[in-house]
Amino acid sequence: MKFAIQINEGPYQHQASDSAYFFTKAALEQGHEVFRVFFYHDGVNNGTRLTTPPQDDRNIVERWAELADQYKIQSVTKDENGNETVQTELVVCVAAAQRRGIVDEGEAKRNGKDATNIHPKFRISGLGQLVEAAIQADRLVVFGD
Amino acid sequence: MSETVKKFLYLNRKAPYGTIYAWESLEVVLIGAAFDQEVRLMFLDDGVYQLTTGQDTAGVGMKNFSPTYRTLGDYEVKNIYVDKDSLEARGLTQDDLVAIAWEDWETEEEIENIVEVVDAARVSELMEESDVIFSF
Amino acid sequence: MSILHTVNKSPFERNSLESCLKFANKDDPVLLFEDGVYAVLKGTSAEKQLEAALAEQSIYVLGPDLAARGFSEDRIIDGIEVVDYAGFVELAANNDKVQAWL
Repeated sequence: MKFAIQINEGPYQHQASDSAYFFTKAALEQGHEVFRVFFYHDGVNNGTRLTTPPQDDRNIVERWAELADQYKIQSVTKDENGNETVQTELVVCVAAAQRRGIVDEGEAKRNGKDATNIHPKFRISGLGQLVEAAIQADRLVVFGD
Repeated sequence: MSETVKKFLYLNRKAPYGTIYAWESLEVVLIGAAFDQEVRLMFLDDGVYQLTTGQDTAGVGMKNFSPTYRTLGDYEVKNIYVDKDSLEARGLTQDDLVAIAWEDWETEEEIENIVEVVDAARVSELMEESDVIFSF
Repeated sequence: MSILHTVNKSPFERNSLESCLKFANKDDPVLLFEDGVYAVLKGTSAEKQLEAALAEQSIYVLGPDLAARGFSEDRIIDGIEVVDYAGFVELAANNDKVQAWL
């Protein structure tokens, strides 16, 4: 079965991202597919590579990145020449990210910012990706406040 | 774009301004319109406050997104529901809510107000009928 | 189409559970997790509501959230089933959709 996950809250402040992580991990362990994890509202804060929790605490951002790596939460597209492009399916909403200062290179250039902070295992994209995930997946599961 | 047509239900239970959920959920609806799905909006619990008339945010420095609801008909949203008990519990009636007009540009069919107040049984039915529920 | 309803709020703070139980169709399962788990404990003011719901539908509680908050399974209302994250996934897969009462 194909799952889409939506996370509405930032890391540490709420349990939403933790719950979503354990749900996603369990789904993958059962052999289900996770089509996309979409980070919305304050959930976009899960995508910053600058997170530095104390050593005795979990690193929520890295934990997502490692899970995505291990289970290949990603999509592969082919162009007309047969060249494959692999992209991560940990997706941060662009509109919500702009408001909250989550920035990739493209956004930094477009908006004249002097830094980026998106984690390399995450990507910033439009809200349409959430809608598409809801269409493509068999289940949309929302974690939030 | 996908050819699958699903029944989407956007279930709004949060009041506007105090938190951003109402506004950002409306953004999903606006973007989602491009995907040609069968879209329904439901306003439940404090979500009914999203539709009240006379919102004036000048004094709080926030964007007044209330007028955007009136344009939903232009985004091919034709079905908007408000839970009757939620309205009553808050001392509101449909007169307190914005009217949202809808028009089919081809057939020129017009509906003056697509906001429909429904009872609890209908709310349950609408949830049951949908393929995907977006919860905010 | 069956719906798995999830509630992650304490019934003493918000009306998420109340709304969930009001609008959930008969036979639709409900899963309580995060702060929602406080609703399943015996002897609370929410107990009657839960017992009435149990007559019509299955109610589940996420074990790890219950344990994290210091409550053992012998404190929960009879008839409520404890699941882990794998069980949460199975519930989501076995019903046609999931509605989160945030």
